Amino acid sequence: MDRQGQIINPSEDPHLPQEKVLKFYKSMTLLNTMDRILYESQRQGRISFYMTNYGEEGTHVGSAAALDNTDLVFGQYREAGVLMYRDYPLEQFMAQCYGNVNDPGKGRQMPVHYGCKERHFVTISSPLATQIPQAVGAAYAAKRANANRIVICYFGEGAASEGDAHAGFNFAATLECPIIFFCRNNGYAISTPTSEQYRGDGIAARGPGYGILSIRVDGNDVFAVYNATKEARRRAVAENQPFLIEAMTYRIGHHSTSDDSSAYRSVDEVNYWDKQDHPISRLRHYMQSRGWWDDEQEKAWRKQSRKKVMEAFEEAERKLKPNPSLLFSDVYQEMPAQLRKQQESLTRHLQTYGEHYPLDHFEK
Amino acid sequence: MAGVSGLVRRPLQQVSGLLRRRFHQTAPAALQVTVREALNQGMDEELERDEKVFLLGEEVAQYDGAYKVSRGLWKKYGDKRIIDTPISEMGFAGIAVGAAMAGLRPICEFMTFNFSMQAIDQVINSAAKTYYMSGVAAQHSQCFAAWYGHCPGLKVVSPWNSEDAKGLIKSAIRDNNPVVMLENELMYGVPFELPPEAQSKDFLIPIGKAKIERPGTHITVVAHSRPVGHCLEAATVLSKEGIECEVINMRTIRPMDIETIEASVMKTNHLITVEGGWPQFGVGAEICARIMEGPAFNFLDAPAVRVTGADVPMPYAKILEDNSVPQVKDIIFAIKKTLNV
Repeated sequence: MDRQGQIINPSEDPHLPQEKVLKFYKSMTLLNTMDRILYESQRQGRISFYMTNYGEEGTHVGSAAALDNTDLVFGQYREAGVLMYRDYPLEQFMAQCYGNVNDPGKGRQMPVHYGCKERHFVTISSPLATQIPQAVGAAYAAKRANANRIVICYFGEGAASEGDAHAGFNFAATLECPIIFFCRNNGYAISTPTSEQYRGDGIAARGPGYGILSIRVDGNDVFAVYNATKEARRRAVAENQPFLIEAMTYRIGHHSTSDDSSAYRSVDEVNYWDKQDHPISRLRHYMQSRGWWDDEQEKAWRKQSRKKVMEAFEEAERKLKPNPSLLFSDVYQEMPAQLRKQQESLTRHLQTYGEHYPLDHFEK
Repeated sequence: MAGVSGLVRRPLQQVSGLLRRRFHQTAPAALQVTVREALNQGMDEELERDEKVFLLGEEVAQYDGAYKVSRGLWKKYGDKRIIDTPISEMGFAGIAVGAAMAGLRPICEFMTFNFSMQAIDQVINSAAKTYYMSGVAAQHSQCFAAWYGHCPGLKVVSPWNSEDAKGLIKSAIRDNNPVVMLENELMYGVPFELPPEAQSKDFLIPIGKAKIERPGTHITVVAHSRPVGHCLEAATVLSKEGIECEVINMRTIRPMDIETIEASVMKTNHLITVEGGWPQFGVGAEICARIMEGPAFNFLDAPAVRVTGADVPMPYAKILEDNSVPQVKDIIFAIKKTLNV
């Protein structure tokens, strides 16, 4: 697709049914809406931290749609659209950000560190690129299990500089693992532009050095991302080898709520990408030209999606926080004696002095 | 005459001068400086003082540092002194070490210390040990019990003999938690008798339980890994002199079986710990702290003593290597000192 949503090369049109394309669009826009509201909520002091996905929604949804639901996903931190496409409920996104009683992470991690076993999305971990060798290990296990299952590992162009990335790529190739390495090249690693991150020809050019078949795609063309991922998946399963996809995109938002990108890039540059080359608008043009979408529906959907997000948001904010005794569990699989003693000590302490603590905010 | 009067006059002048200075001397007003500012000042001063000093790390330059510790420094010193690196802690830590080896003075900033773990190999094996290192020993011979024993979420076991090795590795494999097994390379080739029960396929040694290798009455000697053997040798020698040592093989570093050690100390009233690791923040330190915090403290008739490896990276020359770890004579010496004999 070009920037006006017109198919450039008809032989590469995946001819996806309307229903599926609508799902692409709704996942991307719902994510965008959720991002806006949660970003604002951090500015208002309601959650402690947030990272938006503005401009990269195409990379998430295009790739997620090309996978099987059971394919294992290792992310970095800017892949919430993959979870959104896999129908992770808004309540769960919010629960993790608020650290409330519904958070599967039990309030232990900072916001956007999502994880979902049922949807095969490995919990996000902060240190960069550590997920890459782990993903390779998981892919190796998948190969051993002979299960028509692959692993996809997402990371940014900055994280690709880490030593772990080198080790991961090399092992994936030598161990012949069914893995897709998906690099979101979005132009910046916090403030470090790609010109300072590397001098070579991006990340795709590194793949052949390891013996990994690689491709560079327009990350803002959701169909191109879909096509590349679909083919990579097919071959990874059939041939037990790794593939590298470098999706060129642009990080429209700040790195996180702790960043103000106007310090290192111009507003004009950001606006250019936002207005001229956005995955959401490109898909909308495509849908409109086919008569699958119009301004009326756009207006209605915007209202509806905003309402959905706000409802989940207000609900999440009202919910209690997890029980304090959960401080001690999950360090090991079984709770060791000295932690149990400390847990009991806390329970006793709260029984006597509970009135001095904001226990009403926590689940009993 | 002039000389003498001069001499006399000068002291008087000095005294009055001192008195005069005292009157006008006032201490500067107390200055409030945040830790961030203090760090910034320190770096700024050193950058100014020595051209060879430079700062490298992620986001330290135009961004002023992810936590603003290097605010203003890039503006003042420019690209040559304040360098933004690509995202590779291992990479830029290694670069910093190399630069230091070549005569520069790098300040290597990790955005958070958690991220330094990605460079821990460079920090320990290159930076910390290079000055001392002259061969293979320093990077292959360190005891990591204290390192890993520090971390919640890990279990850490340290076998001494063949029975320990077999039973612990089987338990470790079956355990659903991550387990670090600290094998001592020097023990690999040493033969031990394997008792019948240890020959079974289901033989397991429980993680978290120490073993009393040799019961005794006069002093508790606690060790893990290879030093257990040295302690038993020391005990044999001392037995001839009428001193009966109770030697405890820890087997597990984390979770530590402090109860067995406590019960023993309550019986013998004396304690030494023996380990191959470095003296600071080590296994022995943890044991002593826990003894103090528990019931056994009141039963000690003398302070507990730690016998440890020497506080140096492991030297390569055999004679030096042997002398960098506790030997039987060191253990005997510590026991006798504690027992005051």
